[in-house]
Amino acid sequence: MPIIEAKNLEKIYEGEVGAASTQALKGATLNIGKGEFVAIMGPSGSGKSTLLHILGFLDKQSGGTYKFNGKAIEELNDEGLAKVRNSEMGFVFQAFNLLPKAAVLENIKLPLMYSDTDENTWNALAEEAIEAVGLSHRIHHLASQLSGGEKQRAAIARALVMKPKVIFADEPTGNLDSKSGQAVMKIIQDLNENHGHTIVLITHETYTAEHAQRIIKLKDGSIESDEKVGHRHKADEYIK
Amino acid sequence: MTVKHSLKTALSGLRAHKSRSLLTILGIVIGITSIILIMSIGQGAQDLILGEIQGLGSKTIAVIPGREPRGPSDIAQTLTTSLKERDLELLLRKENAPTIKEVIPVVFTGGTAAYGEETFAVTILGVSEKAEEIFNLSIENGSFFTEDEVKSKSDSVVIGYKVANELFGPSDPLGEKIKIKGRNFRVVGVIPQKGQVSFFNFDEIALMPYSTAQQNLLGIKYFNRFIVEADSDETVNRTVEDIKTTLRASHEITDTAKDDFFVQTSSDLASTFKSVTDVLTLLLTSIAAISLVVGGIGIMNIMLVAVTERTREIGLRKALGARGRDILQQFLLEAVILTAIGGLMGIFFGALLSFGAGIAIKQFAGLNWHFTFPFFGAFIGLTVSAAIGLIFGLYPARQASQKSPIEALRYE
Repeated sequence: MPIIEAKNLEKIYEGEVGAASTQALKGATLNIGKGEFVAIMGPSGSGKSTLLHILGFLDKQSGGTYKFNGKAIEELNDEGLAKVRNSEMGFVFQAFNLLPKAAVLENIKLPLMYSDTDENTWNALAEEAIEAVGLSHRIHHLASQLSGGEKQRAAIARALVMKPKVIFADEPTGNLDSKSGQAVMKIIQDLNENHGHTIVLITHETYTAEHAQRIIKLKDGSIESDEKVGHRHKADEYIK
Repeated sequence: MTVKHSLKTALSGLRAHKSRSLLTILGIVIGITSIILIMSIGQGAQDLILGEIQGLGSKTIAVIPGREPRGPSDIAQTLTTSLKERDLELLLRKENAPTIKEVIPVVFTGGTAAYGEETFAVTILGVSEKAEEIFNLSIENGSFFTEDEVKSKSDSVVIGYKVANELFGPSDPLGEKIKIKGRNFRVVGVIPQKGQVSFFNFDEIALMPYSTAQQNLLGIKYFNRFIVEADSDETVNRTVEDIKTTLRASHEITDTAKDDFFVQTSSDLASTFKSVTDVLTLLLTSIAAISLVVGGIGIMNIMLVAVTERTREIGLRKALGARGRDILQQFLLEAVILTAIGGLMGIFFGALLSFGAGIAIKQFAGLNWHFTFPFFGAFIGLTVSAAIGLIFGLYPARQASQKSPIEALRYE
């Protein structure tokens, strides 16, 4: 059974009074299985961010059905949604979204604070996640003192710390130079291949997308293509 | 999220904006400072006045002519002539009031005392020879006038410490003649420095036989007051009843509503003053409380700005699994911590200022002022300021909790 099952997803943004409403998604159907690494590609305005918000239970679709791990957003209240986001999903954003005045460790512990996890295990779990992204030497630095690449690695550690089933990454390399971007992609590939995390990656760069096993291309709110990647890039290869 | 971690989160949120947090709570700090200041000074004034009343002794009872004043317009009612020599005699008879130890008749007026070129404004008090004991005057220089001098309406006067100083300087006033209200008086005693006792400043007083004051100075046959001393604390109430019965009989009053005198014990006086100062303090405190409301609105305003500014953070927290009520709790706690800190600072500054004011009052007004820390005021101040945080923080915190998580992702 796929972990992500979306059928004919539609999203309409109601405009201000008098303004026209826009349809960001026009019936997108996709399934993503456990352990898959899928890239969602498309030019800006194609609806890929909207799709990610719906898949990540951050927004509600206007039409169609969506089930994450068998659960639909309509069935859950605020508390239930928060719990799914907290324990079954991890998010990595283009702008990192770390708390700048908190230490790296505190940032990574943030999802733990909102969970039922025993407080005594928090430090160990956070340190494990930090080690997975190779940032152990920066653990007590403030988030604002990190370089861009380090910030994104800290953000990945934060997404990992609850050991979620799926990690949603929204343009994770968009604000990074190519070298830091490579490092981030290497971590993401490693999480997928060696730790069994399902990855949903959003990007507009073909090169980045080709690190995935499968690319779903969006155009004007519809799925244009959904194909396996013939020649996958390995992030530890030096390219560019 | 547990309250402990909400607290931590709220504190780090405040630490991130130190100077803004400080400015935000300024209104609360000022409000609580003024409340503490007012309460402390009110308490100090009350203690001072009560101390003076107690200085008279709890066995002391005042009999005052006229109807007991019920309001400012009734004050004129006390300017009557109902207390006469005959009343004094009746009160002194053991069969009428066996528990009375002493009665001092009192007449008073203001005037100027003059010696040569020097003049000084004094309070003139006509009393009996018993006043020395009841007012505990313990005269060292000279002596108090005697019963015979009272009977003979002698022109003897006992003057206060400051009067002696102003009129005579370093020379000895004993036996000298001073002019009071155009009449010559011979100084027979000087009261050592004493300051305020009950309602008279004994340093600025001129004491003379009541008979002299009545006949030679004022030309009256009534008294302004009787000061009665009961023989013990336990008999005060009985004494009051005996005084009333005796005077009603003497004045032929059957309807107690038509009493032309009233009796006041030290504790009556104390409770009257206490209620007056309490009302005054309450009034001033409520004015100061307005600044707390203003401060609260300031907090709400800044919190709303903070919520807008931190949209990203709120969205992020929600994406990471925060529930609406976690966010509500966080922002509410920030507001409450902020105002509670404001309250604590206000208590500190209020105590500091009233301590300073106490020293100044002691120094410049020469009053026997005691600084009191208003524990009740501090408790109320802290509670109220935290409550203000709760009330004015609720709206911004609700706004924060209802924000959608995608706003964080939309950030560019």
